[in-house]
Amino acid sequence: MEALYKEYQDKISGKLLSDIKEAMPEKYTKSQLKEILDLVAEEYEVSKIEAGESVGLVSAQSVGEPGTQMTLNTFHFAGVAEFNVTVGLPRIIEILDGRKKISTPMMEIYLKGPYAKGKDIKKIAESIKQTEFRDFIREISLEITEGILEVTIDLDKLKRVDLKEVKLMKILEKALKGFTLKQDKNKVIIKTKGKQESISELYKAKEKIKSIYVSGIKGILQVLPVKREEEFIIMTAGSNLKEIFKLDYVDTDRTLTNDIFEIRDILGIEAARQAVINEVFKVIENQGLNVDIRHIMLISDTMSFTGKVRGITRYGVVNDKSSVLARASFETPVKHIINAALIGETDPLSSVVENVMINQMIPVGTGLPKLVAQINKKEDKKKK
Amino acid sequence: MSEVILNGKFIGNVENPQKLVDSFQEERRKGKIHYSINIYQDKVLNQVMIESSKGRAIRPLIVVKDGKSLLTDKHLEQIQKNELTFSDLVNQGVIEYLDAMEEEAALVSFNEKGITLNHTHMEILPLAIVGLCTSLVPFGNFNQSTRLNAGSKNQKQALGLYTANYLVRMDMDVNILQTPQIPVVKTIMHDSCDYEKHPSGQNVVVAILSFDGYNMEDAILLNKASVERGFARSTYYRPVITEELRYSGGLIDEISVPDKDVKGYKTEKDYRLLEGDGIIYPEAVIAEGDVVIGKTSPPRFLSSLDEYNLTTSSRRESSMTIKHGEKGIVDFILLTENNEGNKLVQVRLRDQRIPEMGDKFTSRHGQKGVIGLIIDTEDMPYSASGIVPDIIFNPHGIPSRMTMSHLIELIGGKVGSLAGRYIDGTAFESEQHVDLRKELARMGFREDGTETFYNGRTGEMLKAQIFVGDMYYLKLKHMVSNKVHARARGPIQLLTRQPTEGRAKEGGLRLGEMEKDTFVSHGVASLLKERFDSDKVAVPVCIKSGLIGYYDKRKDRLVSPIYGEGAEMAYVEMSYAFKLLLDELKSFGIYPKLELEDKY
Repeated sequence: MEALYKEYQDKISGKLLSDIKEAMPEKYTKSQLKEILDLVAEEYEVSKIEAGESVGLVSAQSVGEPGTQMTLNTFHFAGVAEFNVTVGLPRIIEILDGRKKISTPMMEIYLKGPYAKGKDIKKIAESIKQTEFRDFIREISLEITEGILEVTIDLDKLKRVDLKEVKLMKILEKALKGFTLKQDKNKVIIKTKGKQESISELYKAKEKIKSIYVSGIKGILQVLPVKREEEFIIMTAGSNLKEIFKLDYVDTDRTLTNDIFEIRDILGIEAARQAVINEVFKVIENQGLNVDIRHIMLISDTMSFTGKVRGITRYGVVNDKSSVLARASFETPVKHIINAALIGETDPLSSVVENVMINQMIPVGTGLPKLVAQINKKEDKKKK
Repeated sequence: MSEVILNGKFIGNVENPQKLVDSFQEERRKGKIHYSINIYQDKVLNQVMIESSKGRAIRPLIVVKDGKSLLTDKHLEQIQKNELTFSDLVNQGVIEYLDAMEEEAALVSFNEKGITLNHTHMEILPLAIVGLCTSLVPFGNFNQSTRLNAGSKNQKQALGLYTANYLVRMDMDVNILQTPQIPVVKTIMHDSCDYEKHPSGQNVVVAILSFDGYNMEDAILLNKASVERGFARSTYYRPVITEELRYSGGLIDEISVPDKDVKGYKTEKDYRLLEGDGIIYPEAVIAEGDVVIGKTSPPRFLSSLDEYNLTTSSRRESSMTIKHGEKGIVDFILLTENNEGNKLVQVRLRDQRIPEMGDKFTSRHGQKGVIGLIIDTEDMPYSASGIVPDIIFNPHGIPSRMTMSHLIELIGGKVGSLAGRYIDGTAFESEQHVDLRKELARMGFREDGTETFYNGRTGEMLKAQIFVGDMYYLKLKHMVSNKVHARARGPIQLLTRQPTEGRAKEGGLRLGEMEKDTFVSHGVASLLKERFDSDKVAVPVCIKSGLIGYYDKRKDRLVSPIYGEGAEMAYVEMSYAFKLLLDELKSFGIYPKLELEDKY
């Protein structure tokens, strides 16, 4: 049997072969298997794209047309902590343009072992969330006459993120150089170090202390523990894959972010390619539309095959086209023509757009095959 | 304490805002303050806003006090006797005008029955919640609001008798329906706006039925006999206007039959219909290209040479001709002077428009459609009583649009036509369709409006019972004869050598960017090339320099712009637009060098 499978290795893709292996019943004869493999091989051959098929344009049309029907809107995530998620056309545009800063970064953090069953879930979630000093402030009062800044701290909130007062004071001292700090129960009194009481310094400090980073992971702005199919996960607004992966209770195999550039930096280009596919497909599915995933795969491939994530914009994929005319026909033509003239570029007219421009046969479909003349040298000599 | 703001500007503070508003309204109802000034207390912003500026839409409502309408039976009696007018009621404070702002603070009752102690106003008529055009939709309260909008929009485009003196007017683009009728199913608005003086449709028998697929996608079918009897015939009027303009230097246009030596002289045949004064005669039958008013203008630029050259005329032809695709009969000619004292000639053309395939029609419920086929009467389905419908309407237009009023009007029209009376279809206050159906049954028809029909071609009875009745149908101003257009070859633009655009210029239909993509994705390379051949040229290219040269006819030689005569050159086929691009690059100082290669 194995020999038979091996025989077909060149005709059928490995994934299909293993699928067949799995799907076979317990008892079967060799001839039956051969028949099946022959049928599959034939179907496989028929399903292949023919040479000269304009796959890129068909993909563009297949994604573009449903795009016209999409509702242009963000939708609100129902939950205690409200956060918006960009979906629909704006999200697709964002992904395909290859934007570095996406409008709503999000993570789905999966947890390991007992934590996945809900152990300390709330505590973990709170500890991940990025906190600034402003989150613990109950009241700030500026005593101009005495030249002090009095900050009242919410001790309950401190307890919730498992932070000791001493530690908080240390963080504050580190961030506020040139000031003396004093703690009085739940009050922190801030004074300028110099003898001269500078009111304007205090004013600046009043704004500064609000954004002092205290605890949690930078970039994680909101957390929301959710139960998904017998398992607890943490959804977050904001993303920081690198720091999250450092936590030992996080299941790094399944944890996700929707920031493609972050994935590329940490997990590599192959993961980024898959992330583009997943994100685009998710949007299309959410809208109740139906686009063959292979179209999206093609787009994702063109975006990532260079090893970088390139957007489908004049700075990304289009900028890397070899033809001057093709680049010039897509936004900012003057720039491309002048640059081409400067370095004396040659356009070999090898692609579709250029040939449409000059109205020549496009090298696609029926325009692809060329005649090759076989010149009989003997006859040539006879004539002479 | 509350701020008082007049027309958006702060004018002062007031201790008791509620009191201000109350007394303001009271004074206004007494007539001491003009009725168009409105007041509103914004409790959130703690402001009293008074508006007297122009441009606010205001609407009249009956004032309600202590749960009682101020408009009493006594008022109504007096109005009936013509002792009281509407403005008297406004002056007495029975009716007041609210703008959008003050309406925010009012609680308006829909009718007298619904008044409670909290109400401040009452509608004069429930119908008043919609506008004039929308009130012309019978049984409108049975419809979705979007359909009402569509219905009233369509009515604005209907042909009718827009004015009775159209024969002496010179309006642009006028359509007059030849035999308009008063609708059988009316609303109160039809009476109050004198609709019978300017009706815009006709009552016809409509069967809801599909027919061979000729009425799919909202198309309607017409009975040929109805068309021949004159259904929906209209006349199209269009004036051709020109004047004798005066130019600097005492030069002037001249309306006359142009001399043969005039610049741009057409052919003698084109001027054949002009009389001695250079103007066409009434009742002349004209078609595309014919001159209606002959005119010549002085030359655009006076060169010194021309002054001595008196032998040939330097005037140019500027006659008014019939544009591409138009035809008609000269209806009326008017000779006058305009404000500047220039001679003004207006010639009105007339064209009879008989309904044809593609003309647009609508009922009053946003159910518009074009004629898909005009069926010979012999082939039309007929009812058991021998009635042949004028229009066949496709039933698929009903479920998704849910225009119930369309169906109710059909019944109403049927009852009205049979009983010989008008049916009141005023929204919210119409005759009940249940009663209409009972009346229909009393007259010997099936209560639900259906009838047994027979196939006109085979005589077989149709299996389904067909819903049939009378409706008011409108012909809309979009007629195919003003729009049909096709071109195989024709004029091209000077610059790009591509076909002109638009019907008036006999232009081509553009195969655009996205349409091009469909050819590419089908892989039909040759077909795509052929479609874009409209501006193809073969230009001689110098092989050495890669630049486009030219052909010297006198010497019968190709000339290269750099290497001159005798350079090795080859003809290259390309689109003229690309040649233009190369020229433009050259004008920038960029050298676009073509590298030639053997094609085969």
